[in-house]
Amino acid sequence: MSIAETFAKAKSDNRAVLVGCMPAGFPTVDHSIEQMIAMHEAGCDVIEVELPYSDPVMDGPVIQKASDIALANGVRTRDTLKIIEAVASAGATVVLMTYWNPIEKYGVDAFARDLAAAGATGLITPDLIPDEAGEWIAASDKHRIDRTFLVAPSSTDERIAMTLENCRGFVYATALMGVTGARKSVSSQAPELVARIRAADPEMPVGVGLGVGNGDQAAEVAAFADGVIVGSALIRCVLEAPDRAAGLTRLRSLSSELAEGVRRR
Amino acid sequence: MTVLPDLAGHFGKYGGRFVPEALIKALDELEAAYRSAKQDDAFQSEFQDLLLNYAGTPSLLYPAKRLSAKLGAEIWLKREDLNHTGAHKVRNVLGQALLAKRMGKPRVIAETGAGQHGVASATAAALLDLECVVYMGETDTERQALNVARMRMLGATVVPVTNGSRTLKDALNEALRDWVSTVDTTHYLLGTAAGPHPFPEIVRDFVGGIGVEARQQSLDQIGRLPDAVAACVGGGSNAIGIFHAFVPDEGVRLYGFEAGGDGVQTGRHAASITGGSVGVLHGNRTYLLQDEDGQTIESHSISAGLDYPGVGPEHAWLHDTGRAAYEPVTDSEAMAAFQLLCRTEGIIPAIESSHALAGVAKIAPRLREELGRTPVIVVNLSGRGDKDVHTAGAYFGILDPVETVVPGENT
Repeated sequence: MSIAETFAKAKSDNRAVLVGCMPAGFPTVDHSIEQMIAMHEAGCDVIEVELPYSDPVMDGPVIQKASDIALANGVRTRDTLKIIEAVASAGATVVLMTYWNPIEKYGVDAFARDLAAAGATGLITPDLIPDEAGEWIAASDKHRIDRTFLVAPSSTDERIAMTLENCRGFVYATALMGVTGARKSVSSQAPELVARIRAADPEMPVGVGLGVGNGDQAAEVAAFADGVIVGSALIRCVLEAPDRAAGLTRLRSLSSELAEGVRRR
Repeated sequence: MTVLPDLAGHFGKYGGRFVPEALIKALDELEAAYRSAKQDDAFQSEFQDLLLNYAGTPSLLYPAKRLSAKLGAEIWLKREDLNHTGAHKVRNVLGQALLAKRMGKPRVIAETGAGQHGVASATAAALLDLECVVYMGETDTERQALNVARMRMLGATVVPVTNGSRTLKDALNEALRDWVSTVDTTHYLLGTAAGPHPFPEIVRDFVGGIGVEARQQSLDQIGRLPDAVAACVGGGSNAIGIFHAFVPDEGVRLYGFEAGGDGVQTGRHAASITGGSVGVLHGNRTYLLQDEDGQTIESHSISAGLDYPGVGPEHAWLHDTGRAAYEPVTDSEAMAAFQLLCRTEGIIPAIESSHALAGVAKIAPRLREELGRTPVIVVNLSGRGDKDVHTAGAYFGILDPVETVVPGENT
C-alpha cells in the first residue's frame, strides 16, 4: 500500500496510522528483518527503516546506540536496501529515514531508483530541508518516491507552507524542540503545531514523532494527528531484553499496545 | 569579485544548511543579528575594544631571522600565539559572545577537541557573564585534563561525550543536540569556520582581523605584500582568518597545510581536502573523511586541534577554484618543525601551527626556484605550545621517568 492509501484507509476507519521505526541491521541484518516483520504483524501500519549513520544529530541516546551497534556489526547501505526489500515483500508499507550524506555518496538518482526497486514508498530526511533538496526533489519525482520533510514548533508559517509544498505522502511534525526518545508526557507544543500545519494544508497527512512511548501516549497523539511515529520505545524492547526471544515478545506486545492506542479516538 | 557566501550560504556548491528544520529559525535569527551587528558602530567598537584591550591584538608580525636562515626563505610569523588564551580563537569567541548578548541569550554552548576552543569560550563567557556548557569527547577529556580544569576554573560546565568515537565530531553532534532542545535561550558558539550557514561566514569575519592586520603589517614592515601566506588547516578558522584579506591579491599564494597524521596513504590522517572526498557533515557540504557508504571515518593527528574529519566550506571552494593550495604534513614533519622553532626562535608553537611551519619548509625551495630569489612568506603562528608540552615531551622522550608530568606519558 502506498503512504497515501495507508493514511486514507486509516482515516476511513477513523483511526491514526502507526509508524514504527527500527534501524536497519540492528543488531544484525537478519534480526532487524525479523523485528520489522514482527512489528508489522503486531499492528505497525508503516515500518520506518532508519539507515544507521555515524553522526545522527537528530537522534537521542537509544537510536544512537542501536545505530552504533548496527554499524559495528558491519551494516552497509546495500544491506539496508535488502532489508527494505524483505520487509516490503512481507506486505508492510515501508519508508526509509536517513541522514543525507549516505544518499549523496550513493548517488542521489541511483539511490531513488534502487529505493523504489526495493519497494520503499517514501523517504524521510531529518537533515535535508527543501531549500537544499533540488536534486532529491528531481530524483524522487522521477522514481516516484514520496518525500517527507520535517517541520518543528520553531518553524515559521512561511516555512511550514514551503515545506508542505515540497512534501508528498505525509509531513513529519517533530512534537517538541529536541531529539528522538520517549518522554514521560506528550509535548504540549504538538497539537498547536499540527493545527498550524492543517491551516496551511488541510489535505496533507501529518505524522507526529518524538516522545511517544506507550499506548496512552499514542492515543493522545492520535486524537489530533493522522499518524503516530514511535522509535526509541520500540528499539528499547530489543536493546534492553535479556535475550532475543524476549526482545521479540516485548516488541510485539508494545506494537499491539500502540496499535490499540491509535484506534482509541 | 563575487561576494561569498551567497544569500543561502553557499561557496559554489559547498556550505549551505544541512540541519534539522528545528534549527532553521535559530540560524535565521543568528544571521539577522549578525547582519545588524555588522552595520552597528556600537557593536563593532565594543568588539574592537575587547580585541585591543582584552585579547591583546593586533598581534605582532615578527621577522623570524634564524628560522629564515634555516629554511632559505624570509619568514614572518603572525604571532597569534601571543593573544590572550594563547591562540587566534579568542577573536571568534569574543565576537560570538557579544552576539549572544545582543540576541538576549544568557547561555552559550561549545564543542571542543583539545580544549582550546572550550577554554576560549569559557573565558568569553566569564567576561561577558554568560552561562557556558562545553561538550568534549570523553577520549579528549582524558588526554587534555589540564584544559578541563581550566574551563572549570573559569566557571564552565564540561560535559564528557561518551557516544560514537568520543572525540571532537561527537562533541559537535552533542552540542547540536543540546541546541535543538534549548535554542530559545542558548547560542551555539561554534569553534571553527564550518557548520551550517551563517557560521562559516561569521567565524571567518570575526577571525578575519588576522589577515587584515597581516596585510597592513606586511606593507608597513616589509614594504610589500608577501609571496605566500601559509597556515595549518583543521576545521580551518585560523587559515581562513589569515587568507581572507589576501584572496583578492592574486600575486600572493595561499597555502593550507592539513594534518597528514601517519601519512595520507596510511589512511590514518585528518587531511579532509587532500585525503577525503565531497560530502555533507555537520550542517555543510564540504570535503570530509568518509567511507564508500558516506559514513564518517575517524581522523588521526598528533594535533588534537586538527583532529577533525571535515573542513570549512570556504576552503573546499578555495581548493576547487585553485586560489589556495592544500597539502598534507605528517605528524613527524610537524614535530620536526615544532622543535626547529623552539631552538631557532625561542618560541614554543602549538603543534597545530607547527604543521604550517613544516609546510613552509617544504614550499620554500620550490618558491625560491620559481621566483629566482628568496621568497617572502607570512606564516600564521595560530597558537602557543604550552598546552602541548605533554604530547611533545612524550614524543621527544625528553623527560626522565622521575620527571614525568603525566603517568605513562614517556612510554
